[in-house]
Amino acid sequence: MSGAPYSLYKLKRTPFHERIAPLCLPQNWRRWSGYITVGSYDLGIDREYWAIRDAAALIDVSPLMKYLLEGPDAARLLDRIITRDIRKLAIGQVYYTGWCDEEGKLLDDGTVTRLGEQSFRLTAAEPSLRWLSMNAVGMQVRVTEVTEQMAALSLQGPKSRAILNRCCETSLDGLRFFRMAENRLQGTPVSISRTGYTGDLGFEIWMDAADALPVWDALMAAGNDYGITPCGILAMDMARVEAGLFMLDVDYTAANHAWIASQKSSPFEMGLGWTVALDKPGYFVGRRALEREAREGPAWKLVGIEVDWEGLEKVYGSVGLPPQIPGAAVRGSLPVMREGKQVGYASTSTWSPVLKKYIALVHLERPHYEPGTRVEIEITAEHKRRYAPGTVVTLPFYDPPWKKK
Amino acid sequence: MSAGSYDAIVIGAGHNGLIAAAYLARAGKKVVVLERNDRVGGATVTREIFPGYRFTEFSYVVSLLRPDIIRDLELPRHGLKILPLPSTVTPMDNGDYLAAWDDHDLTRREIYRHSPRDAEAVDEYSRVMARAAKAIKPILSVVPPDPSSMSWRDLAGLLKLGKIGASMSEQERYRIAKLMTQSAGDLLDEWFEFDPLKGTKSASGIIGTFLGPRSPGTAYVLLHHYMGEIDGAFRAWGFAKNGTGGIAEAIATSARALGVEVRLSASVEKVIVQGGRATGVALANGDELRAKVVMSAVDPKRSFLQFLEPKHLPDDFVQAIRNFRVRGSSGKVNLALSELPQFTCLPGDGPLHRGAISFSPSIDYIERAYDDAKYGRFAQQPYIDSIIPSMIDRDMAPPGHHVMSCFVQYAPYDIEGGWDDAKRDAFGEAVISTIERHAPNIRRAIIGKQVITPKDIEDISGITGGNIFHGELLLHQLFFLRPAPQWADFRTPLPGYYYGASGAHPGGGIMGANGQLAALEVLKDWR
Repeated sequence: MSGAPYSLYKLKRTPFHERIAPLCLPQNWRRWSGYITVGSYDLGIDREYWAIRDAAALIDVSPLMKYLLEGPDAARLLDRIITRDIRKLAIGQVYYTGWCDEEGKLLDDGTVTRLGEQSFRLTAAEPSLRWLSMNAVGMQVRVTEVTEQMAALSLQGPKSRAILNRCCETSLDGLRFFRMAENRLQGTPVSISRTGYTGDLGFEIWMDAADALPVWDALMAAGNDYGITPCGILAMDMARVEAGLFMLDVDYTAANHAWIASQKSSPFEMGLGWTVALDKPGYFVGRRALEREAREGPAWKLVGIEVDWEGLEKVYGSVGLPPQIPGAAVRGSLPVMREGKQVGYASTSTWSPVLKKYIALVHLERPHYEPGTRVEIEITAEHKRRYAPGTVVTLPFYDPPWKKK
Repeated sequence: MSAGSYDAIVIGAGHNGLIAAAYLARAGKKVVVLERNDRVGGATVTREIFPGYRFTEFSYVVSLLRPDIIRDLELPRHGLKILPLPSTVTPMDNGDYLAAWDDHDLTRREIYRHSPRDAEAVDEYSRVMARAAKAIKPILSVVPPDPSSMSWRDLAGLLKLGKIGASMSEQERYRIAKLMTQSAGDLLDEWFEFDPLKGTKSASGIIGTFLGPRSPGTAYVLLHHYMGEIDGAFRAWGFAKNGTGGIAEAIATSARALGVEVRLSASVEKVIVQGGRATGVALANGDELRAKVVMSAVDPKRSFLQFLEPKHLPDDFVQAIRNFRVRGSSGKVNLALSELPQFTCLPGDGPLHRGAISFSPSIDYIERAYDDAKYGRFAQQPYIDSIIPSMIDRDMAPPGHHVMSCFVQYAPYDIEGGWDDAKRDAFGEAVISTIERHAPNIRRAIIGKQVITPKDIEDISGITGGNIFHGELLLHQLFFLRPAPQWADFRTPLPGYYYGASGAHPGGGIMGANGQLAALEVLKDWR
């Protein structure tokens, strides 16, 4: 049963598989863009979560879609696609951005790194080669997908910088938030960006797939005394909600995947108004629709709610139980009500161990998304539908001072 | 010399004093907290005894800190982080070990290895204890009513208690009555057969008491320690970031943000009484502070016998406080280590280092340790509850190095001939050699050690008798009897003087309800 015909009939393994597989004690594997990736290394996710928030978590993020854009028109292509102003992106700087269809609805979100005057790296959640090529008609730009050639690790947590400084040729002390620099990690060439998906101090390390294992080993060795902990995507999922970061297919639907108009979201609706550079010159995809929306204000907005603990106690108390808290982030839609009428929904909710609060990313209709608005979120307690009160807050929920310091 | 006037003065910046002050300030009162030491925390403190190595000097873990206090004072925003402490490993004399991991199936299979019968019993036992704790827990947040009083407040309180009682099944009520009177040893003998399991479980029945696991009343103490484990997401024992001092710092930060003034190195000499009311305090440096209300958040002996002359209090009350049992029975050995202790039962660096390591091979072992203490000696082979804080929070020691916290019982306050340096050294030696039997490299690894006897606890933190709970958690010292009959509602016989510390209801541990409830009572009386 082995051999060529079946090699395509299984999920891909990341370049770190040899290292992560023996560590994945519960065999808790998840799927990510056709790869298998670790859900959690431990039977519970506490330790991995706290590594993100108090030590350092090492997360294999190789399945991210990665593209190299090179040529005299590379900047022009990106400027046409993304909502941010590419002219302001310095070499060695990273943008977080969304990109839209003609109607100003989000297709995807990711990062753009300026590697040089004419070369960029784009990361995306969804395959984007076709969209990039369609927009590159007549331009002098080469778009190469490097998802498989490039391995990526995310090192997140307050101790991440100290660990990198132990094994990198150039100190990371000078690397600012959302900047990238080439470096050598125990002799292996890597590029390191001060980015991540946790809202903590953190870095992402990009390397040739062939160098993956030595880089993993060097980081684990350097991090041993700092509590480095291999971390799966379940713990990261809790952290990203605390950081107010959303996820494609969980918190919004790509405009080109949506079946109905109401499934689509604009950057403004997702709280990405700050990434829409309407002051940049010329055309970009979705510009007209976004200009209109900027004038009128978004019909929806992604915000946070903090659920009142006393309210949760009451809900569960009504069936004779203490509050039941899920052990991981819940990816499921929950209606959000105000004065008996539905005004939106939660797309991801989680217990936040660091804040000791139950929090949710919610989509609320205008005007209910103003901070301080009191709403109620649906909770099912012992098979009974109940509502727990909460307050609308701005994102992120958790923003430690050392994130940008 | 007079210096300032306040709505309320709180004596003692332990966790309870700080919490009380924060609640008073939250209600708009002008509050000052007076602390004799140069740092906040009392017995809830982290100190860097050796440069780079931070010791949780006295208390070392947390589970009972009340969730409503965490929320009301926004402690997470002020820096409180509670890191998981996932397991307990008990090394055995035959080279094997008993572990309780943070996974139900792993733990069941581990116990099954030793006793298939106990593996099943432990599940049922946990459920029964959790239900008993759930039933009794509301009492922790109730101001104890005086059962002999006919005042509306006490009657309402008794009614509320009655409701808690009525919500229990008959079986539960019997179970609780039994738990109140039984010894931990008898309780565990009813359930289990495997000695290390019984020994380890019995340990939480004796912590902070001057009792052995075979003494009646210890089953309740065991239950007391179970309370923290039933509060949903707040449950379970954990290690506070930066040690327990991190908790005190978070509370102090919150209190200061609410406008509380915290004065360090401000030792209170006397509570000033005028016209039959407490009206302020006199400090050792001669300063006098005035306030409408004075609350003591230190141990009962100092609060009533030292700060006040007996003439200000009724005789029977003074007598009750004199009789209040505060004999310290435990010590601490804090170690700075150049390497992790390697346990022969589980070699290598592993999950055991991230949890508790309990030296409690059997109930008899602990009872024998108690025998030593009963007759005025420290235990030659003590019960030790140790954790390695630097494995949980890397900021506790320099990279690659570690600190180890060993809670040790028994070490009697009233040791024969009194504590001196030689006895302290010998006590430390008994602890280290006990550990050494299971982790032979420990001696080589030690680069600094701090041995704390109950006398040291008294000298450093000020707690009379060096009892970490300000008074043993004995049935006759709990609830409406704590600290004295008729005065368990945080008021005292002296008008304007309140009491809210571990020596008050609901007892010791980093719980905070004492200070919180006391502050709320002060506010009820405010005119």
